[in-house]
Amino acid sequence: MNKALLILKREYLTRVRKKSFIIMTLLVPFLFGAFTILPAWLAMQDDHEERTIAVYDGTGIFLGRLENTEYTKFHFVPKEEYLKIREDLKQSPFYALLFIPPNILSSNRAQIFSDKQVTIDIKSLVDDKLEQILENDKKQNVIAESGIPDLEEKLAATRTNIQLETIKIGEQGESVKSSTEIAMAVGYACGFIIYMFVFIYGTMVMRGVMEEKTSRIVEVIISSVKPMQLMFGKIVGIGLVGLTQLFFWLIIGGAIITGVQTFAGGDPAQAMEQTQNLMNTQGVASAPAIQAQQQNMALEIIDMIGNLNLTLILSSFIFYFLAGFLMYSSLMGAIGSAVDHDEEAQQLMLPVTLPLIFSIIILFPVVKNPEGALAFWASMIPLTSPVIMMVRVPFGVPTWELLLSMATLIASIAGTIWIAGKIYRTGILMYGKKVNLKEIVKWLRYRN
Amino acid sequence: MELFNATEVVKDYAGHRALDHVSISVEEQSVFGLLGPNGAGKTTLIRIINQITAPDSGEIFFMGRKVKSTDIQYIGYLPEERGLYKKMKVGEQALYLAQLKGMSKNDALKNLKKWFEKFEIQPWWNKKVEELSKGMAQKVQFITTVIHEPKLLIFDEPFSGFDPINAKLLKNEILNLKEQGATIIFSTHNMASVEEICDHIALIHKSKKILDGNIYDIKENYKLGIYEIETPELHAVNSHFAGNGFEVMEEEIRGNRQRVKFRKKDGESNRDVLQKLTAQIEISAFREVIPSMNDVFIQVVEHANLTK
Repeated sequence: MNKALLILKREYLTRVRKKSFIIMTLLVPFLFGAFTILPAWLAMQDDHEERTIAVYDGTGIFLGRLENTEYTKFHFVPKEEYLKIREDLKQSPFYALLFIPPNILSSNRAQIFSDKQVTIDIKSLVDDKLEQILENDKKQNVIAESGIPDLEEKLAATRTNIQLETIKIGEQGESVKSSTEIAMAVGYACGFIIYMFVFIYGTMVMRGVMEEKTSRIVEVIISSVKPMQLMFGKIVGIGLVGLTQLFFWLIIGGAIITGVQTFAGGDPAQAMEQTQNLMNTQGVASAPAIQAQQQNMALEIIDMIGNLNLTLILSSFIFYFLAGFLMYSSLMGAIGSAVDHDEEAQQLMLPVTLPLIFSIIILFPVVKNPEGALAFWASMIPLTSPVIMMVRVPFGVPTWELLLSMATLIASIAGTIWIAGKIYRTGILMYGKKVNLKEIVKWLRYRN
Repeated sequence: MELFNATEVVKDYAGHRALDHVSISVEEQSVFGLLGPNGAGKTTLIRIINQITAPDSGEIFFMGRKVKSTDIQYIGYLPEERGLYKKMKVGEQALYLAQLKGMSKNDALKNLKKWFEKFEIQPWWNKKVEELSKGMAQKVQFITTVIHEPKLLIFDEPFSGFDPINAKLLKNEILNLKEQGATIIFSTHNMASVEEICDHIALIHKSKKILDGNIYDIKENYKLGIYEIETPELHAVNSHFAGNGFEVMEEEIRGNRQRVKFRKKDGESNRDVLQKLTAQIEISAFREVIPSMNDVFIQVVEHANLTK
C-alpha cells in the first residue's frame, strides 16, 4: 500500500507541477469569465458620445415635446434649413436628420437620415420617443371621447402579471418551492462537468499508461510493485489532479464573480433605475414596489437554491464524479496498456468513449424531460449514468431509482476494474502485436 | 548454498507453452548464465523470478524457503529493453525507483550519492532523462538496478548499447557486486562475455532446458578430442601427421607460424603424440582445443533442432 502511495504521489506531483497544468488551471476561469462576463459587461456600458439630431417636424405636434436626453439633443429646424442640411449632411454639425412627415398619424412612418448608419441606441431612442408622444395623444383623445377622466388609471389597474410558482410535493407530503430553471441549470452544469473531467482525465490515464509502456519503464516498475498497485496509484493520482483543478477553478471562478460584482457594483442598480424610469413614465408601478419586487425575486432565487437539497446534489455529484472517472479511466488505462501507437489507441478508444459522447448528446432532451424513458434508462445503464443521473438529481429522483443506479454503477465498476486489470497486466508487457478486441478477450482468460 | 531455485516450472500462454518443466538452481555469490536462442523462454523465466508473472505449476524457492511476494525487494532487474521516464529528472527518478524497492529516502539518497560519484555522473542529477545520450541513460538505469543492494541481480543483455570502455567498467562492477556477496543471473547472446564472467550456465531452447552445468565442466564435456600445434616450419607438414595416424582438421599459416589442428588416435597419451611429432618437426606450441561457449551453444542447439 505504501508503494501505491509512492506511485500516487509521483503521478500527482509530476502532473501538478507541469507548466501546462498550472497555466490551464489559472487561465481557464479567466478565459471563461472573459467570454461570458465581458460581452455582457461591455453591452451594459452606456454610449457617452454627445450627438445632436436635427428634426424637421412636418406636423407641428412634436415641437418642444422631444425631450433631450443626457447625451442626445434634438434641434428643431424649419423646412428650408432641413432641405439644406439634407443636401449636405456630412458638412452639417448634426449627427442625423429626423424627418417627421405631416401624415405620420396615418402612415406611422418617419425617416432618419445620416451619412453613417445610426447606432441601435439612437434608433430605439427616437423610435420610442415618437411612439410615446403619439400614443399619449391618442390616449388623451380616447379619454376625452369616453368622458371618463381616470380611464388611464383604470386601464392600468387591469394589467395582470401571473407568477406561476412551481411547488414540489416531497415524499412526506411536504411542499417545497422549486424552480425548473434552476434545476435545469444545476443539472446541466453537473452533467457537463462530469463529462468533461471523465473525458480529459480518462485520456490522461491512457496516455500515462502508454508512456510507461512505450518507454519500457513499466517492466522495471512492476518488478517492484504489483501491476494493480501501479494502475491504482496512477488512476487515483490523476483523479486527484482533476479534483485539484476543479477546486482551483471553483475558487478562482468564485473570486472573479465576486470581483466583477464589486467592480461593476453600480451597474445592476443603474439598470434597475432605468427600468424604474421606464415604468414610471408608463405609469405602471411606483419605484418602491418594483424595488421590493426585485428584492423578493432575489430572495426567492436564493430560497429556491436552498430548497434544492444541496446535500443530496453535492454528495451525488461527488459519487458520480468519482465513479464515472474510476470506470472510464480504468477502461482507458486498459486501452493504453494494449496498444503501442497513438493510432491504435484512437481506434480502441472509440467504443469506450461512444457511451460518454452519447450521454452528452442526450443531455438536453434529458434536461427538458428528466422523467422520460430515455432519462430513466440512461441513468440506470452504468456507462451513461454518471452524467445522466447527475442531470436528473436536481429535479428530484425517487430514492429507489437513485439507489439502483448507484448499486448498478458500483457493481459495474468492480467488474470493469477486474476486466481492465486483466487486460492491463497482459497488455503492458505485450509489444509489437496488433491488438484487436478478439485478442483482448483472449487475454481475459490468461492466468497471471 | 542455493539462493534461488526453480523446480519443474511450467508456463502456458494461450496455445503456446513458454516454459516446459524447467528447473534451475542458482548458487549464492555466483554468476549464473541464462542462455538460449531468441524466443526460447528466457524472458518468461526471468519474469517469473521477478514475480511479474506466476508459473502455472512448479515451485520457486528463495533463500532456502518458498518465495514470498516481499522477496522482490531483494531482487534487482535490468531488463533487455531499457527505459526511464523521459520527462523526469535523473536524480528524482533514481530516488523514486529506489523507494519503490522499499528503501527509505535517506538510505536511497546516501547510496545514490555513492554510485553517482563512482560513475562520475553527479552533474546529471537535475537533468531530464531525455537530455541524456543512450549510454548515459544506461548508466543511470544500471544504478537504479543495484541501488537497493539486492541479493539477487538479474541482468538481461547488460552490455548492449555500451561502448567497449563503459562495457568494461560495467563488467568490473558486476564482478565487484559478486565479490560483495550478490548473486547474479545473467542473460545474453554474447558468448564471449559468458566465458568471462559466468560460473554456471543453463541453456533453454524451445521452452525446455537442454543444458545445465558448471561452465568448465560443460566445456570439458564438449571437447572433441582436437589438438593444435604451432610450428615455425612453413612448408607442408601434413604427411608427418597422416603418417602417425593423426587426422588433420585444419591448417593455417599466419605470419611466421603454421598452425595445425588435428585429432589423435583414441587412447593415445599427449606424451606419445608429442614424442612422435617432435621427432619430425620443430614445435613451438601444443595445446588441447577447448570449445568456446559459442561452439557449445551452436553445437547443442543445432543438435536439438536435428533431433526434433
